[in-house]
Amino acid sequence: MRYIRGFRDGAAAAALSRRLVADADPGRQYHLMEFCGGHTHAIFRYGVQDLLPGNVHLVHGPGCPVCVLAVPRLDAAIELCLRPGITLVSYGDMLRVPGSRRRSLLKARAQGADVRMAYSALEGLDIAAAHPDRQVVFFAIGFETTTPATAHLILQAQRRGLTNFSVYCNHVVTPAAIQSILDSPEVREWGKVRVDGFIGPSHVSAVIGSGPYEFFAQEYRRPVVIAGFEPLDVLQAILMLVRQLNAGRASVENQFTRGVTRLGNRKAQNLVAEVFELRPQFEWRGLGELPYSGLRIKSRYSDFDAERRFDLTTHAVRENAACQCKAIIRGAKKPTDCALFGTTCTPRDPIGSCMVSAEGACAAYHQYRRGMAAAG
Amino acid sequence: MSVRDTHISLGHGNGGRMMRELIEGLFLPALSNPQLDIGADAVPLPLPADRELVVTTDGFTVKPLEFPGGNIGSLAVHGTVNDIAVSGAVPRFLTLSVFLEEGLEIATLRRVIGALAAAAQDCGVAVVAGDTKVLGRGDCDGMYLAATGIGFRRRGTRLAMADVRAGDRILVSGPVGDHGAAVLLARQEFGLQGDLRSDSASVLPAAQALLRVPGLRFMRDPTRGGLATVAHELAGATGLTLSLSEERIPVNEAVQSVCELLGFDPLYLACEGRLVAVVAADAADQALHALRAVAPQAALIGQFTRGSAQVILDTAFGGQRALDELQDDPLPRIC
Repeated sequence: MRYIRGFRDGAAAAALSRRLVADADPGRQYHLMEFCGGHTHAIFRYGVQDLLPGNVHLVHGPGCPVCVLAVPRLDAAIELCLRPGITLVSYGDMLRVPGSRRRSLLKARAQGADVRMAYSALEGLDIAAAHPDRQVVFFAIGFETTTPATAHLILQAQRRGLTNFSVYCNHVVTPAAIQSILDSPEVREWGKVRVDGFIGPSHVSAVIGSGPYEFFAQEYRRPVVIAGFEPLDVLQAILMLVRQLNAGRASVENQFTRGVTRLGNRKAQNLVAEVFELRPQFEWRGLGELPYSGLRIKSRYSDFDAERRFDLTTHAVRENAACQCKAIIRGAKKPTDCALFGTTCTPRDPIGSCMVSAEGACAAYHQYRRGMAAAG
Repeated sequence: MSVRDTHISLGHGNGGRMMRELIEGLFLPALSNPQLDIGADAVPLPLPADRELVVTTDGFTVKPLEFPGGNIGSLAVHGTVNDIAVSGAVPRFLTLSVFLEEGLEIATLRRVIGALAAAAQDCGVAVVAGDTKVLGRGDCDGMYLAATGIGFRRRGTRLAMADVRAGDRILVSGPVGDHGAAVLLARQEFGLQGDLRSDSASVLPAAQALLRVPGLRFMRDPTRGGLATVAHELAGATGLTLSLSEERIPVNEAVQSVCELLGFDPLYLACEGRLVAVVAADAADQALHALRAVAPQAALIGQFTRGSAQVILDTAFGGQRALDELQDDPLPRIC
């Protein structure tokens, strides 16, 4: 239990909060982006922002894998699962996400499609082995945290000689997305949005290490602190960022020393390199086309590539013009600035990407702050 | 007469010999009592003077049928008895409808009815009327139960959400989420094992202890949707803000751990042996004392204040968050 309560201890939080108040320079404003939806969720769930001085602001980034999956790719998965003989295996949080025309995998299942929820990617292999008469497709999504598992899955499928199994690969990479935020006009030129530093996700760095952030910490002069997902981790990371900014430093620091090293997990990296390669372009919901931001299955494993096996194509869709997700995940607007928030766009019936999963900024606002006096 | 078959077949519901065997060989020996007369179509029940009748009805579809800490039979008794108990009444009678799927093992049915009979005896209730139906394979998931509970309470007993006032305190009789977490694990869909047990039990002793406390406003058993859902019903019905203290809400370690792993919140998981009560502020200590005599882990967990109708959780971390209404139930059929 100390592994749960120990990292949520109120007295330790109060002590960190006091240090933050003492260290934060009242003459300046600090805008810190937590890139990852897991951090957004932790911040709201435990009320981390209630312990921050008024001049330390959190900007909620785009790092929710469910939220950033482009609608045309989700549409392709929905169309695929409705074909006869197909079994689609997906992580549970993908099932309710709305594609175009308000379709979803859950609604497809209600129409008779065989869509199964998995907690582990490997469950797909057992389903394929048990149903040799069906084509089983694993709907692979996520950042570097889930990519090694998918690589392992493909290698296992090959080892087991499964000919009725394939993967619809939608994996994306974190550094490219952070760079796109830093390169976006709002941040770079207009000066409209300030992102002074980043809280980096520890589970991503458990795989890729802290090293990949060093380039843009230097290039863009923004400090990065790799942080764990417990509320004390987040609070400590904020303190570390404030201290770096005060000292005029822009380094990559590691708060999550209990699981992250500079080089990361070489074995997992090798697995990924064996099976995947970067796509020249990949579309993100809310961010658009980003260069070298998504992965595809290498041609030597093309037998397991659902895109090739089923000739999957994507069709451009028009998103709701009033939706402010693009601005929200760059930190240019808050969820409550959007006219759709809480009215036509709710967790039950989401329109924009930030409302579709519990880790999205709008969903977190809606679930944990709605109606509270100090919403923010 | 004994039941010779090993599995339920459609013949056990046809009104003929097989059904009689099942009733006389399995149900009657377990549930026998003076009021249960299988020859009559309806049963007369005595109503004591100065008492009013309280009636409730509930269906039970839990999957799996048996789980650590109980089975669908004991759950049906506790679920029904608890609804009567939190209305301030003493439960006395149950009626029972049993829906069986063709192919169900008779041994399973025997265990379920055995647990049901034992729970009924513990709670002091008699099963006074019953019915059995058999459905074809695939038309029902093993077994469903439907129960109606009848109890008596003192005339003029008033317990209503409408009586809750700003300043009132809220208590819970023990750790929350045990039943939901135990059933979740018993499904063995997650490859997790642990020593979790359902809290399925009667809350009658706790309810009776509180009834003696002047200033008691309202009681409810937090079943489906858990503590958070009762909190929302209270905030919605009173128009008040209900602030809960996360630190004070008792949660068993094993339940907390399962929730961490699977991404659930114990505040939304079902309890089947807990009671939530609202009392006037000046009666809070007395109520807690009375409750702890029968439920040692009972705790004062929050209070009502003027403001908008919402539930706020003061986190143990030192922050605040709104405790939202349960959106889509992530757990199919747990009671």
